[in-house]
Amino acid sequence: MSSLSVPLGKAVRAASRLRGGGSAFPGLVVERIDPGFMARALRNLPRGVVVVSGTNGKTTTTKMVVELLQGQGLKVFTNRTGSNFTRGVAAALLGEVDWRGRLDADVAVLELDEAHAVHFVNLVPPTHCLLLNVLRDQLDRFGEIDKTTRLLEQIARKTTGTVVLNREDPRVASIASAIPRTAITYFGLDESLRGTFPSDDELRGATGTAPASDLPADVVLETVDGNTASFTMDGETSTVNLSLRGVYNIFNAAAALAMARVIMGGDVRRAPLLASLAAVEPAFGRGESLVVDGQPLELVLVKNPSGFRLGLKSFDAAGYATMIAINDNYADGRDMSWLWDVDFDSLKDGGVDMVSGVRAYDMALRLKYDDVPARAVDTDTGPALRTFIRSAQGRPKRIFCTYTAMLAIRRDLSRITDVKVVS
Amino acid sequence: MTPGNTSNEQLPSKGTVRILQLYPRDMNIYGDWGNVLVLKQRLAWHGYDAMLLEHNAGDTFPDEVDLLIGGGGQDSGQVVIQQDLQSNAAHLRALAEDGTPMLAICGLYQLFGRFFKTHDGTLIPGIGILDIETHGGDERLIGNVVARSEEFGDVHGYENHSGQTFLGPGVRPLATVTKGEGNNSTDNHEGARHLNIVASYLHGSLLPKNPAVADFLIEQAVTRKYGSFEPGEVDDSLAELARQHAGTRPR
Repeated sequence: MSSLSVPLGKAVRAASRLRGGGSAFPGLVVERIDPGFMARALRNLPRGVVVVSGTNGKTTTTKMVVELLQGQGLKVFTNRTGSNFTRGVAAALLGEVDWRGRLDADVAVLELDEAHAVHFVNLVPPTHCLLLNVLRDQLDRFGEIDKTTRLLEQIARKTTGTVVLNREDPRVASIASAIPRTAITYFGLDESLRGTFPSDDELRGATGTAPASDLPADVVLETVDGNTASFTMDGETSTVNLSLRGVYNIFNAAAALAMARVIMGGDVRRAPLLASLAAVEPAFGRGESLVVDGQPLELVLVKNPSGFRLGLKSFDAAGYATMIAINDNYADGRDMSWLWDVDFDSLKDGGVDMVSGVRAYDMALRLKYDDVPARAVDTDTGPALRTFIRSAQGRPKRIFCTYTAMLAIRRDLSRITDVKVVS
Repeated sequence: MTPGNTSNEQLPSKGTVRILQLYPRDMNIYGDWGNVLVLKQRLAWHGYDAMLLEHNAGDTFPDEVDLLIGGGGQDSGQVVIQQDLQSNAAHLRALAEDGTPMLAICGLYQLFGRFFKTHDGTLIPGIGILDIETHGGDERLIGNVVARSEEFGDVHGYENHSGQTFLGPGVRPLATVTKGEGNNSTDNHEGARHLNIVASYLHGSLLPKNPAVADFLIEQAVTRKYGSFEPGEVDDSLAELARQHAGTRPR
């Protein structure tokens, strides 16, 4: 069967692309008819298989790790459409392998959803993994945030080489005690930045549960000033001007540096590493900056209270027209309670020009209780976007949006302006 | 449409209500801050001041409390607060019996009951203010809920719990579920009502989209303290629209 599965899978992939179908379907087909396909294709990569997981920042961090390694001269396979389920990896592999199922790459860097990663690592034990954070989104999927931690722990258990952990997230740091015999590397923050990145336990002023920053870190984010950040590695601090914006992305840059250093080992070259980092552009819909009517329009993806808080903190509202679009589709999470743990004070002065999305009225109600003026509400993101752009003429614009709202807005924007398409 | 905020003209305060949030450090994971914020703001819109107090495990319980509110946490959070809750049980019971309005959501709702028998048979004692018992279940009840209450109209919220709660004769249900599961997967009861206590599994948060429940708690607190309650004009049109949209969403 396996000798036929690759050609068949490739044929399904070609057919479904012609139909404009979903990117993961051919992966589902190949998974069904040939469950060993992925393990075989990924088995003999010289620098191994890296899994990137966590509740937040997977897509951008994966993109950073990929580009850092490419900058070191490696040929990297990745699932870059953000289809982060096992079948998405299989589908991406089908596009890259030759007709005999062989993958021409030095290393695979794969973004995996927390729950699907567990399925994946049972099929393909990774050589390394990078675990970013355990934040509160997806409680409606997992029930408890501690359960999400257990899922990441299973990825770490299956990892044969080095596990890279966020020492500042008490839940992620706690995974170390569950994998006593595995090599562990940490990334972290300087003490002065810890208050900028509240863990979920700290959202309401409670203290963190672990003295996380006492752990030794391979890469430490020392300072952030706009897009300029400094990182300490091997006792030497370097300053980088990043193309990426947003403090959470910049912290994840420390994660990506740590992972790239693990993969490269003694071969790592520092100057190209930092040059690659400076050049990384935002991933699909995540802090992308487009141009509409000669003014920048920024899309900021928000998925949970910590991320929304950091988004508001990262991007100064002054001078910007603001829109917020909140959907509650399955991919966004159906539970709206997280909106009440975001503090919207920073929008009080300028107000919000448009509130949209399926749960626009929940959002508008939230703003009302923070005394933030909301000038207009329209649940339909299409007309809302047009009204917003018209009313904000001549001003830079920013849209905070949940995942499916981002997809819809991006689609509408592509009719107005040139929006980069990730194949 | 252009939603306006209720005007905040400075009028002399009609009084101060002391709101105590129980265990915000360990029992605050499902948007419970939203409930506190709604009480604070609605008090202001009604012309009263709110003073926010917190009680975490190990703190000294404050003397004067007009309204109590407590939320849900993870199972690990419930373990952390267990001992402190027991040591304040008699005081909390006395406050409840004296008519202090209380809102207990999710985890604290369970612990206001007689006991929580976990999945492996461990009996976690509650403080017995409510005649309810909770049994750990296999299935997790997650999703949007609409429940009909004679007292408050339709109650809208979101549930996420594995404990199955059953009401004894000493309490009445808060509402009857029309969408979702509520207290358990066998009867159609959601939450509990007893004295001036409103207990519920619903977060989302509960009070923003259910201003009738918020105003009930406020009215009880103010009346108990000042003898009468003079409501202000509050514009709840956004809450009404949020309710309508929430009601149409899938489970």
